[in-house]
Amino acid sequence: MLIDTLIITNNETGYLIMELVCPAGNLPSLKAAVDNGANAVYIGFKDDTNARHFAGLNFDAKKIEQGIAYAHNKGAKVFLALNTYPQPDGWQRWQYAVDQAGELGIDSMIIADLGVMDYARQRWPEMNLHLSVQGSATSYEAIEFYRRQFDIKRVVLPRVLSMKQVEQVIKNTDVGIEIFGFGSLCVMVEGRCILSSYVTGDSPNTFGACSPAKSVEWIDKPDGGMDTRLGGLLIDRYNADEKAGYPTICKGRFNVSSNTYHAMEEPTSLNTLEMLPQLLAAGVDAIKIEGRQRSPAYVAEVTRVWREAIDSCQKSSDDYKTKADWMDQLDKVSEGAQTTLGAYHRPWQ
Amino acid sequence: MKLSLGPILYYWSKQQVEDFYQQVAESPVDIVYLGETVCAKRKLIRTRDWLDIGHKLKAAGKEVVLSTLALSEAESDIKTLKRICENEDFLVEANDMGAVGLLEGKPFISGHSVNIYNHHTLALLAKLGLKRWVMPVELSESTLKDMQALKPAHIETEIFAFGRLPLAYSARCYTARAHNLQKDDCQYRCLDYPDGLLLNTQEDQKFLNFNGIQTQSAQVYNLLAELDSMKNMGIDIIRLSPQAMHMDKIINLFHQQMHNTLPLDAAMAQLEKLTPSGLCNGYWHNEAGIKSVALS
Repeated sequence: MLIDTLIITNNETGYLIMELVCPAGNLPSLKAAVDNGANAVYIGFKDDTNARHFAGLNFDAKKIEQGIAYAHNKGAKVFLALNTYPQPDGWQRWQYAVDQAGELGIDSMIIADLGVMDYARQRWPEMNLHLSVQGSATSYEAIEFYRRQFDIKRVVLPRVLSMKQVEQVIKNTDVGIEIFGFGSLCVMVEGRCILSSYVTGDSPNTFGACSPAKSVEWIDKPDGGMDTRLGGLLIDRYNADEKAGYPTICKGRFNVSSNTYHAMEEPTSLNTLEMLPQLLAAGVDAIKIEGRQRSPAYVAEVTRVWREAIDSCQKSSDDYKTKADWMDQLDKVSEGAQTTLGAYHRPWQ
Repeated sequence: MKLSLGPILYYWSKQQVEDFYQQVAESPVDIVYLGETVCAKRKLIRTRDWLDIGHKLKAAGKEVVLSTLALSEAESDIKTLKRICENEDFLVEANDMGAVGLLEGKPFISGHSVNIYNHHTLALLAKLGLKRWVMPVELSESTLKDMQALKPAHIETEIFAFGRLPLAYSARCYTARAHNLQKDDCQYRCLDYPDGLLLNTQEDQKFLNFNGIQTQSAQVYNLLAELDSMKNMGIDIIRLSPQAMHMDKIINLFHQQMHNTLPLDAAMAQLEKLTPSGLCNGYWHNEAGIKSVALS
């Protein structure tokens, strides 16, 4: 059964209904997302055709079938991420993935590569196509290009635009806008960051993972501290009283002009809960939660809080206030236990 | 095989830019890419100034291409982009899909920040007017061979063969951040770093190079040793990315190497001395980009 992705208007408020799109790295997470109020869940195959290509994660065809049945039964949709960039020698894997997704009855395909998008549009003319954040469309001109070529229904915006810029994009395109609301924060334009392959040989574009686990080392030091390395290169050095974080290059501490600091970004998470009324008023169609690599418990908790917040905001945007216990719950599951509004809040830039 | 000079990625004074291109006019490069591709706040040289420089270079016999901003965010960025795409004097290099969309239907070039990773993408863009593509820098020799075999015959291939590698673009300006400034109040600190601002690991290993919102490799990508192999593959153009010092000498080294008038080891030894922080070629060999794979 295909569920329509038409935008529905809430009659009471006149506001558009905002969709909550949640991550699932496996079937228990998918169920957790659906049970806690996700409108849609996004997943990927167990290979490098998607940008969360991690060992032990993701779905085979049988699990996808079960996932779709579970979600559709409860009125939720299932999106499939096919958002990496095939090279000629791997092309057939992406082609196969597109066809398999189409046959399984996925509600939308989230695609980055132009060639894959073109293939999906030709083979599955009725399929809802979304432009992945990995497609790096930051302007309405870029989005309109994809709409003209492939009739995309939605675009996921890179986490580099300010709120004003997001509003500008929405005013100038009819393509639905999905933005990241919560989770790990990419400070670089997605789809155009190859810091990971510079050090490891593998990037999200080519391999489907940033800072792949096989290139990571955690090295205990005699004083109780720890060094974290990626591809042998020192990303951060922790004292005994500091909690070591995963060595992602953009979150490391480095030396610039004799200062040692988080030269790109502190290990924080994105959290836009307090901006919900603005996002709703701007006409954002969907909020995406990051974290297909996270546990079912994370998915359940984050989905529950965001469902409650979106419902509260849609009921009465003027009276909307973030509740202390929502923020507490989200802070508990955040990377680095700190959150930021990121680029949406101009001074962060 | 032709030699091209990529756009200046750093923020130089107007005088420095004009002096640089005066030198370029007399150099053996065939193609020159012009324009601000990194930060829209850099306005010492306006679009009309780039056009003026372009006409001078054209008069000196160079093919001139206008290159667009890689990361468009504000409405003003799009206005500038439209102006460049509508110019009737020069070809345009598109550096994002917004530019591709605006150039659709007329001949255009795609820069290395446009993600063309396979022949299907290349064929699709060829139908829309693409006449030349610059391969994304993380792709290897082996992928390039496949692409050469599968690409539409009329499409020219250009390879980024010298310079610090553009690795990422951000909302945030890291040069401003290094000075505890916000992007909106950056005080144009990039002017103080004509070759970017170096970042080292805590073990003092040279690693990255900040250029405003762009993060580059500290190491200089160098494919001088691969020119013969590229010639055999039918590569049309070799791109050199400008650095503040010694660019005339570097252009000459590549030009001599292309015409086999200088032994490779001598050319490599000279090049090493002319670059700021070591060489790398890992991406070409399908390895981590930072690696320097020894010549066989």
